[in-house]
Amino acid sequence: MEDHLVIGGRELKNRFLIGTGKFGNKQVMREAIVSSGTELVTVALRRIDLEHDNENILAFIPENVTLMINTSGARNAQEAVRIARIAREAGYGNWIKIEVINDSRYLLPDNQETVKATEILAADGFVVLPYMNPDLYAARNLVKAGAAAIMPLGSFIGSNQGLKLKILIDVLIEEIDEVPIIVDAGIGLPSHAADAMETGADAVLVNTAIAVAGDPVRMAIAFSKAIEAGRIAYLAGAGREQRTAAASSPLTGFLYNE
Amino acid sequence: MKVIVNGRVMEIAENTNLWDLVVSCKVKPEAVVAELNEQVAGRDLWVNIILTEGDRLELVSLVGGG
Repeated sequence: MEDHLVIGGRELKNRFLIGTGKFGNKQVMREAIVSSGTELVTVALRRIDLEHDNENILAFIPENVTLMINTSGARNAQEAVRIARIAREAGYGNWIKIEVINDSRYLLPDNQETVKATEILAADGFVVLPYMNPDLYAARNLVKAGAAAIMPLGSFIGSNQGLKLKILIDVLIEEIDEVPIIVDAGIGLPSHAADAMETGADAVLVNTAIAVAGDPVRMAIAFSKAIEAGRIAYLAGAGREQRTAAASSPLTGFLYNE
Repeated sequence: MKVIVNGRVMEIAENTNLWDLVVSCKVKPEAVVAELNEQVAGRDLWVNIILTEGDRLELVSLVGGG
């Protein structure tokens, strides 16, 4: 049985998306990306440092991997739109992760501005993947605005806290069937990723947990296996949790007399 | 002549073209995107773009991000 993930009309064979931030060693980052099997990575756009050498991150991203620029740094829809347009005109493609954040402590996304940016950019031909705070109404508005997928946060960016917002993410998975749901942010362990996939998430995006691991390449492999396991478990249809025990073998034929 | 590069005022010679300016910033041109007065300038055009007083230039590149 075929199991496809389609985003913006494009089929992805792999449900593991990786962020490229925070890797201390770019060569290790490249190996982690290759080991993960990911087909899509995120990158950011920043002013170059005029005082020091600038490393070219593109040299460390395998050629067969699609780039998705994020609009990190944008404080409102207008700034997000500007970043997206610069990225596209620069030849970096039209896949864009909208990240509109106006809070430096928790890095929470502004759903309202995200919806506005999504509407403008989707109408302008971008494949828009908005990063959002899992609110059902905002998710519905993002779908209406033309989002190609919805990316609710699991917990705060970089926190490794896992799926703290699980019950709200579960609502989105249950209620939104027009576009894929990709859990993004705060995933700290492969078991978190497996949990998201078991519940029915369509993909996950992981950055910090891999970048800061003692062995990022190994951690990328662990995540890859967990994401695959979670997806297969979801498709296999897990049994329900119950309050009391249910014996594995018959409660008759015991080797004793009553 | 003053232009603004990445938010900072820079003094440059008259008739400096965009290619020369980027190279003088010690960056590899192929890794840099130039936005001049809010329009992205294609790299193959840089050598023909002569900067003028008050031009606002953003030199950006891709970096790691989640």
